[in-house]
Amino acid sequence: MITLYHYLILGGFLFCIGLYGALAKRSAVAVLMGIELMLNAVNINLLAFNRFLNPGEVSGHVFAIFVIVVAAAEVAVGLALIINIYRDRMTTQLDDFDWLKW
Amino acid sequence: MFWIDNAWLIPIFPAIAFVLIVFVTKKVKMLSALTALAAMATSLIFSIGVLFTILGSHGEINMNVPIEYSVPWLTIPGVHITAGVLIDPLTAVMLCVVTIVAFLVQLYSVGYMADDPGFSRFFAYLSLFTFSMLGLVVANNYFQMFFFWELVGLCSYLLIGFYFYKNSAADANKKAFVTNRVADFGFMIGIFFLWLVFGTFNFQELAHAIEGYGNVGFLTLVAILVFTGPVGKSAQFPLHVWLPDAMEGPTPVSALIHAATMVAAGVYLLARGFVLFHAAPSALLLIAYIGGFTSIFAASIAIVQDDIKRILAFSTLSQLGYMVMAMGVGSITAGMFHLTTHAFFKALLFLGAGSAIHAVHSNSIFDMGGLYKNMKTTTWTFVIGSLALAGIFPLAGFWSKDEILLVTKDGGFTGLYIIGSIVAFLTAFYMFRLIFTAFFGEKLSDHHAHESPWTMTVPLMILAVFAIFIGFVGAPFVEHGFASLIYFEEPHHATPDYFLMISSTLIALAGIVLAWYMYGKKAVDTEALKQRFLPIWTLLYNKYYIDEVYQWFFDKIVLNIGNAFNWSDRKVVDGIADGFSDLIRATGARLRFVQTGSMQTYALVLFAAVVLIVLWMAVPVLGGM
Repeated sequence: MITLYHYLILGGFLFCIGLYGALAKRSAVAVLMGIELMLNAVNINLLAFNRFLNPGEVSGHVFAIFVIVVAAAEVAVGLALIINIYRDRMTTQLDDFDWLKW
Repeated sequence: MFWIDNAWLIPIFPAIAFVLIVFVTKKVKMLSALTALAAMATSLIFSIGVLFTILGSHGEINMNVPIEYSVPWLTIPGVHITAGVLIDPLTAVMLCVVTIVAFLVQLYSVGYMADDPGFSRFFAYLSLFTFSMLGLVVANNYFQMFFFWELVGLCSYLLIGFYFYKNSAADANKKAFVTNRVADFGFMIGIFFLWLVFGTFNFQELAHAIEGYGNVGFLTLVAILVFTGPVGKSAQFPLHVWLPDAMEGPTPVSALIHAATMVAAGVYLLARGFVLFHAAPSALLLIAYIGGFTSIFAASIAIVQDDIKRILAFSTLSQLGYMVMAMGVGSITAGMFHLTTHAFFKALLFLGAGSAIHAVHSNSIFDMGGLYKNMKTTTWTFVIGSLALAGIFPLAGFWSKDEILLVTKDGGFTGLYIIGSIVAFLTAFYMFRLIFTAFFGEKLSDHHAHESPWTMTVPLMILAVFAIFIGFVGAPFVEHGFASLIYFEEPHHATPDYFLMISSTLIALAGIVLAWYMYGKKAVDTEALKQRFLPIWTLLYNKYYIDEVYQWFFDKIVLNIGNAFNWSDRKVVDGIADGFSDLIRATGARLRFVQTGSMQTYALVLFAAVVLIVLWMAVPVLGGM
């Protein structure tokens, strides 16, 4: 039997992988990919809760679609930022962005 | 009652003169002098008016029934200090003495300071001084008196250091001020004790309160503390060291401040606050012995000095000792009488000395000699002053000195009586040593002495008249004389003691004859005498090395204590303050590494915080899972 917990664990797993990517990757694009992964993990959670707790309603699906839209917009903006930084600093390695360092 | 109602103006006139001279007439020398003299003359007229009102009241206004006016000065809850005037015969006499001598000294200064570039400054300071002194004299409470006491000390500082470019003058005025400060510290503590226990500074109220107060030990302590003020101001041993050095100031200053008035302020305080001392007999004993000791101590130093002003300074010390001794044996009449006569003949002597110095351009009596040939007025007024000081009948000093010897003898203080008589002998001796060396005999150096201008000789003559006649107001034969004016509790009329009068005159004459024999006739080789007794001579010439003792004390003890505090301040106190800031800086230096600049680190911290918050919020509901 596939229960709710399987989906939640999958969601959590994916979230953690995404979090690792967001926090530990040096490339800015890789960080954005990690953020995308986290958002997708959230989507899985939402759909799982909708299916197992409240099958008659569609609020979970609607929420998931909102999340997809926001993710898309955010990626657009994020990539634009990265391109701008690249144009200024000729690098997208996060280690190089250290102006706030002590 | 016009004069008494407006007596508060008496200190104000010189104050106005001071302000005018400083702000308006500074550039014009003669205007400054005129302003000062005009103010002084007005105060003089008012003072004489006050005295005559009191005399004319035929005993209605007397020592036990004075007139007092006051206005509130400082009022905060629990503290009520007034400023006012207290007029009784003591005030009136003192006012007249101060204003007469101050006026004559200012007149004299017009001639004496004529070539000095600081002429206007001198008159400004003199006016400030007379303001302070007169304010002190009319004060009706200890607070106001202390205020003016300090102000008088300041004026003394300014005037002693008048020639501020001279190192000796700068050292002297510092010495005077610091010594006075030490004394005033004790005085202040005494006044504070009075305030603590009786709640008032006012002389009249304190008199009532002290009379009914039982704790004699406390009163003795307070009396001794308050007495330290006169010890400093009136230069008693051991705080006498500043007065000889104070001769660095111009001679009119020495005459006014360090002979006639400021140093008399201490004696005046003893009279004013006598009710406190009367209630503490042990304190009075101490006062009497300090006075007696000072008088013989100073007289012994005076016999070997060669600077004319130093001789007169030690003479002043000695006479102040007399006055304090008189107060100590219980007679403010005798003390104040001697203060009055002394003011006149000592001012005369100083002004005469100034005239001689002006003519010879040197302070040493061994540079003078034969002055009588060209300076008749100076010589004869000086001789009159010295006779008065030595106490020769019928000049002023005879009556007042005898009064003091009489009260010591009648009071049973035989030791002090003998000391007083020895001092009388020494006084006559050193004064006439001075006269025979400086004024008579041959010229001892190549000097061109000539008589001084009228502005200098006229005050000398006026003071000489006072020196001759002022004694008669206190002679025992006079019905309503000094003794019926100034007394404590009730007037005591002294019966003439002929033995005393004759013996004291003989003692003084013996001193004069010895001085004539040694210095007039030159029958004794003084140089050989000095060599024979060289150790004693050196001891006396160096003022018993007291200054050296104080200097040692200051160098070894005071400076070292100061250094210890300095070390503590720099190492300990600053160490704590700086250490605190160093600690913060060091912590900051370590903590700054948290700012890695890497956004991912920040995001990690953020996530960790979120996890912690979630756990913390989940703990209450974890049980129901």
